This record gives sequence, structure tokens and C-alpha cells, in this order.
Amino acid sequence: MTREGLAARILDMVAHANSTAEASVSVSQEHRALTRFAESFIHQNVADESERVALQLHVDGRTASATTNQTSGEALSALVTSCLAATAASPIDPGWAGLTPRMGVHSAGNWDEATATAAPAARASVVRSFVDAAAGLACAGYCQTVSIEAVFANSAGHAVTGRSTQASADAIARTGRSDGAARTAAIALSDVDGAALGTAAAAKARAGQEQVALDPGRYEVVLEPGAVADLVAGLLSQGLNGKAVVEGRSFVQLGAQQFDRAVSLWDDGTDSRAVGPPFDAEGTPKRRLDLVSDGVTTGVPHDRRTAAAYGTETTGHAVEGGERWGALPADVRLAAGSVDDLVADVERGLLVSDFWYTRALDPKTLVYTGLTRNGVWLIEDGRLGSALSTLRFTQSYVDALQPGAVLGVSRSTESSPRAIAPAAGGLSSLVVPSLRLASWNITGGAAG
Amino acid sequence: MFDAATRAVEAALAAGARYADARVMHSRYESMTAQNGNVEDLSQRDTLGVGVRALVGSSWGFFAVPDLDTDAVRRAGERAAEIAAASALVPGVALDLVGTEVRQDSWASGCEEDPLAVPVSDKGDLLVGVTATMLAAGVPLASALYQIWDTEKWFVSSEGHRIDQRIRECGAGMHCMAYADGSSQRRSYPSFRGQYGTAGWELVRSLDMPAHAERIAAEATELLSAPECPAGTTDLILGGEQMSLQIHESVGHAVELDRILGWEAGYAGTSWLDLAGLGKLRYGSDLMTVTADPTLPGALGSFGYDDEGTPAAPNDIVRDGIWVGVLAGRDSASIAGLDYAGAVRADGYARIPMVRMTNVGLLPGPDSSAAMIAATDDGIYMEHNRSWSIDDRRRNFQFGCEIGWEIKNGERGRLLRNPTYTGIGPEFWGSMDMLAGEPERRFWGTPNCGKGQPGQTGHTGHPAMPARFRNVRVGVRG
Repeated sequence: MTREGLAARILDMVAHANSTAEASVSVSQEHRALTRFAESFIHQNVADESERVALQLHVDGRTASATTNQTSGEALSALVTSCLAATAASPIDPGWAGLTPRMGVHSAGNWDEATATAAPAARASVVRSFVDAAAGLACAGYCQTVSIEAVFANSAGHAVTGRSTQASADAIARTGRSDGAARTAAIALSDVDGAALGTAAAAKARAGQEQVALDPGRYEVVLEPGAVADLVAGLLSQGLNGKAVVEGRSFVQLGAQQFDRAVSLWDDGTDSRAVGPPFDAEGTPKRRLDLVSDGVTTGVPHDRRTAAAYGTETTGHAVEGGERWGALPADVRLAAGSVDDLVADVERGLLVSDFWYTRALDPKTLVYTGLTRNGVWLIEDGRLGSALSTLRFTQSYVDALQPGAVLGVSRSTESSPRAIAPAAGGLSSLVVPSLRLASWNITGGAAG
Repeated sequence: MFDAATRAVEAALAAGARYADARVMHSRYESMTAQNGNVEDLSQRDTLGVGVRALVGSSWGFFAVPDLDTDAVRRAGERAAEIAAASALVPGVALDLVGTEVRQDSWASGCEEDPLAVPVSDKGDLLVGVTATMLAAGVPLASALYQIWDTEKWFVSSEGHRIDQRIRECGAGMHCMAYADGSSQRRSYPSFRGQYGTAGWELVRSLDMPAHAERIAAEATELLSAPECPAGTTDLILGGEQMSLQIHESVGHAVELDRILGWEAGYAGTSWLDLAGLGKLRYGSDLMTVTADPTLPGALGSFGYDDEGTPAAPNDIVRDGIWVGVLAGRDSASIAGLDYAGAVRADGYARIPMVRMTNVGLLPGPDSSAAMIAATDDGIYMEHNRSWSIDDRRRNFQFGCEIGWEIKNGERGRLLRNPTYTGIGPEFWGSMDMLAGEPERRFWGTPNCGKGQPGQTGHTGHPAMPARFRNVRVGVRG
């Protein structure tokens, strides 16, 4: 049976069991294959084919959800029965915002057939190229291909379909005293150049071998795309999130100049780099949402539930489990600038490749602590100086981007496979430039 | 179920594997969250499938499918072997598996009251009730949740293993937030993300959440006007729940053998530990004895057999302050020249088994939290985690706690907000000079330990109790 047929059958089963139930069904099939390497050999090489049927019911003011990975008639019947039973036993749900009405999608999703059917040898070949290009350095990382085909339908007559692929590689080269990273994400595996990534990672690693310590203090910084991706993900998961706004735990003030004029941030699930189905977990078609325009906070991702609570419309950013996480964007872009070399104008500062293990100390102020990873260097008189040992920071992400704080934005960008909120699952794509920021609070180092 | 796993193993062997194993897993999960007196989410998940591992030469392959019919499981075994063959395009050193006792057995965790059989309405009433109580006590945001896992596994290997297990786990927790002047305060009970174990609903009943709802709401509000935790160096007493996370992050992950061997270097990170130091490196003070013990009844990291069929057995990790053991799998142990494994688990049928913590925790000491406070002239008591961050070698950490109390002249004094502390693992553990005893030991459960690519969520247990550390840097902030 097709996915569309399966969804229709489940809606029929629900209607037969309870004609008043409001029902939403999503049926998806995902093929994920990930080739993982360390110490320059493939040590974990996995693939799985998963089916997923998700049902949400709202009956007599009560809501429940259930999922299964089995599609036999018996399993689907059990799914409907257990979800109806759970609904009946649940307390009243005053936040229910109704079903998504009938509407069309703005995109079919970005798909590459060769990526969807890539053989294990194709991923291993990317790894081989990375390791060879690193020329003797120990290497660790992964190459992944994912395809997802999905259908959403509800009892209000809304039905949408879509599909998507993503190929990505993220790896480090290691000298024994330093690591260098390189990564990319694309729709097609053919756009993942293992040799180029290996060359770049090895160059980074070799440049970071002789490390010195740095005293804590506030420093001007140039954040490379890996670190910028963390900064953006932190803003999104904790603050630029409809649920956080509704609950009053977000920094967001819509219409206010909360960021430097150089900051423009948006989500666009319809562009050529977007990943995942072209609709959200509630079946709402994805579309572009401007979050920050020239430093002014202009939008917040909402699902139907948070939108209703906030008195606005859904923006098409519902995720599974969003009742807990809130609405999250998946295809985020930070506007590029015009600077080719951000280091050149720095009198004294730091160049940071990646941040690691960043955690919010306070969700309201977005003060985060975390560490540098895969390289940090001192910049003096516009030139890279000594490599530094790992540094710890404690810094408000909002303050770091406040008006006047962004001193430069690179012309080039990087597409990162980083997940915005790993706990919420799903694919994501972040495309961000490097940033030169006026101040970053270094509070210690891994050495002591 | 055993037949499906057996067919998968046979197919992998026929396709060229020299070793293969397969796990059929049926996993049922139920979770509810409530907020401010209303249910926020009730979800149920039911998954069934088989995951097959194949070793071709010295290279691994893994493939998983949700379909258990004969053709599907045979194809899964063949695909696992095909993937293993592709792994050989980028080969490593010769790999073998340390020996393990081959058993045919059944095992089940203890469960007095089946958590999935407790009416959803009863469970909902509990969460709705405690959040309503917190809301009425004056906080603007009150949340509660429970989670239930019921997992059945059937494991077959080409060496002759044939083991089935049923592991039931559950737990619950609640927290509230208070806001003022652009900042927030949080209080939770019994832990910042709840308390979990291999147990039935009796665990949740024992928490008696309603008895604590009003108190934590009052504390969150009180914290808003409390003085900030001072910055400086002082003596630090940590409550048992924070100690469990301290152990998890700065001991548990550091002694994972895959990290030590560099197998997690690309993502989770490595370890500051070098195998050359095993048996002689000082990890902490003489008070520090840490075990990894998956046999502890009721602890979240307990099982009968790990996902390679190795029987559960306790293992010393740190003895009297000296590093003596690791968490290992059969392949990593072989490469490291060790003769034990038993710490490999997978998050569902579709994920490859990897090194995970079991129940990694401290053996009790001679003291008590009351004695620690009485013996401290100038210090801070912190409890309940609010944030955690540690470097990729598991040395430098910075933790934030929900609440602190000033200690002056042997007495617990005023509240302190935004308490944080930071340190270097071996130096920090070396400064531990008082450790509470058996009466304050508790098996804390961590249900959300992330590791691996694709990501896997592990369930780990951490026997822990309050402890005192000397000359710790506190009050770090942005």
C-alpha cells in the first residue's frame, strides 16, 4: 500500500471508531546510512530503513498521540485503539488549536536519487578521500546520506506529500596535539568532496600544534562558521522559539533593535538547500520566515498551539514533540557580509573554529558556558599568532550580537549539518558566515 | 523472535561474515508532560525490528529493518555483511573479540506495579495536580513529566548466544520557573530532569511529588531576591543529585574505552586518560572508590546481559583514588589488551551497540552531609543541576546549580542564587575530603545520555551521595 493509501486507511479507521475525532496522520519512510571513522579507519558503518506512522487525535477536548513502525492491519488497528483510549483517559487540553486546513505546499522538497540510493562503497569512498588528503594525520568523523519520503493527512481534508535527501560529512584531522575540522552538508552526495575537506582539516590541525595558554578576560573574536552555527542554534532553541516567548522565558522583543544592523537571520524551508519534507509536523507548508532583519527582531517560529496562545498564525515550524520543545526552524540562514578577511582588521583578538558543549546558564539572558574546540588562535596586528589551548567562555549570546557588537561579516558561508535542537530530532541545514565580534568573555581554560 | 534473529545471523554468515549477532527489540514508550495545571502532551510509541551486526575480516557492518518476515531479516543480515565489506575500503588494525561466556537465558528487571497498566487518568491527575499546586504557590511556570519504557530483547549470536530480556523503566519529575528583572530562577524535584530506575510505578509513588510542589515553588520565588553566589575560591559541598552528574560527566564518560581509544574523537570527544596509566594513575582522593555495576536492583543502568550477550557483573573503575578500570565492549577490550567487556548497549533495534555507562557511582564514605556542614567554617552548599558543560577530553567542567546556601561557622545560612563551580577533574576529585555514607546513598538515574552518530540516548545509573571538596572556584558568570 502507498503511504497516501496508508494515511487514508488510518483516517477511515478513526472515523469508523469515532466520527467526532479530529485526526492527523503522518506516514514516513526514512533511509539513513552513516559511515563513521576514527583513527583513520571505518569503525562503525550503519544503515537502517525505518517506517513510521504517527497519529494524533483530539476527542471531546482531549488530545493524545501515538506512533508505531509497523504497518500491518493489526498494528494499525492497535494504534488507533490505543490512541483513542489514551485520548479518553486524558485530562482536557485547553491549548488545542485545531487541525491544519486544506492548503498546498510551496515545494516538493529537494531530492537527489543517487543520494537516496547511495551504496556503502560511495560513503566509504568519501572517507577514503578525506583520510588520504589528510596525509598521515589520524582522522575521525562521518559521511552520511539520508532520504525521507513523507505524507501528512488529516480529517479536515488536508493532505500533503514531499521528500528530501541530505548528504553530509563532518570530520577532524589530528596531529596528536591539535585537531582541525571541516564539514559540509548538501542535497547530493556528489557535492561532498572528501578530499577538499580532508585537506582543509589537516591544514587547520597542523596550524594549531604549538599551543600556549591565555589569561581569562574579554577579547575581540572572529568566529568561524562552526562557532557561529552554535551561536545561532542557541538563539533559536532557547529564545527565538514561540513556546519560549509564550511562556515568558525568551529574550525576544518583536520590533526592537535587539541585534547589530549586520545581523539578518531567516528560515526558509523552500530554498534549494532546505532539507526534510516541505511541510511541518502539523502538515503546514513551509515558507520563509524572517527572524531578524537588519538587527530588528521581526519573527518567531510558531506551531499551531503556540500561535494560538500568542494570537498569531502558525509559521509552519511544528516539530514532533513540539508540545515540549516548541516550534523550531530547520533551514536557517544568517546573512553573509562583504569582508574577505575578517582577521586582517583585528588588532588583538581570537580566532575560534568551533564551540563545544555549550549550555545556557539562564534561558532568559541566554548566558551560555562552553569551550572552544578544533582550534583557537591569538590574532595580533591583523595576523594569526600562537595557537591556544582550549578555552572556556561564559557569555550572553544576545549581548554578543547587540547593536554595535558585530564588527564584520564574511562574504563566504558554510553549510553545516549541525542540528538546531538535537533532542527534537530531524534534519536541519544551517548556512552561516564567519563573524567578527567586539567582545567575548573567556573565563578559563581546559588546562586549569 | 529468536527465529528471526537466527535467520539474520545465518544470512550474515552466508554473506561472508566471520561473526554476526542480531537483536530483535520490541520497545514501548509512554510519556506525559503537564504545565500549569493542564496536560501538555501525551504520547505513546511502539517499535519493533531487528538490528544485525556483521564482522567481515576486521570490519563491522550494521543494518536494521522494522520488518521481521523471513525475507526481510535475511536481507538485513546480507546488507550488514555488505556494509562490513565496504568498511574494509578504509581498514584498521586486526580486530578480534574478547571471549565471553555463551549463554541461553532469560532475564527481567524487577517491577511491582506495571507502569503501562496504571490508568493514564491517574498518571495525568498526578502531573496536573502538582503543576497546579506550584502555580497556586506563585510561580508563573510549573511543569511535570513522567516517562515509561518497556523493552523486550531477543539476542542471538553466531557463537551460540540466545538470550531474552525484559527491562521495564520509569520515572517522573517536576520543576518550576520564576522570573524577575530579565533573569530566571528554577527549582525542581527530585532531580532537574526527574528520577528514573529499572522499576515499576512504585518508584514514582515513592517520590511523593505532591509533598514537595509547594516547597520548590516557594524556593524559586525566594531565589529571585537572594544574593548572587559570590565569585572566588571556597569549600564546596554538593548534594547527592549534583554528585551524580559530576560522576556521570567527569568519571563515567572519561572511562569509556571507545573514547580512550579515540573512536569518539570526531564527535563526543576523547578522554584525558591514557591506558598506560591504568592501575596506577591517581584519579582522586583516597575516599574515591567508583564501581560500574549493572547488577544493582532498581538502578537505571541495570540489565542481565549487555547487547553483546556479556553477563552483567560489577567492575571497579577507581579504587581508593587510583584508576583501575574502564567501560568496554568486546572489540575495544580486545584492542586494548583487556579481558573484560560488558558495557555495550544500543538505543533501540535500529542502532548499533556501543560502549555506554552502566551504573557508575561512588561507594559510600564515612561521613554525612550534616557532619560536612558542621566541619565547614566558610563554604557553599549547592544542589540540583541547572547547567553542565565539560570539554571534549572530560577534564575541565563548569556546572551551574539551581540553589546554593552559604555555610558559615558550621551552619547552613542564607540562600544564594545562580551558584556555579568549575574545575579540572583529577584536581577536583583529589580535593574530596568528606563523603557521606550509606544512609544518604541513592541510585540516581540519567535517562538522556547522548552519544554516537546517529545519535543514541542511553539510560545510566549513578549511585551518589553528598561530598565536600576543598578550594573550589565558584561564582563564574558572564
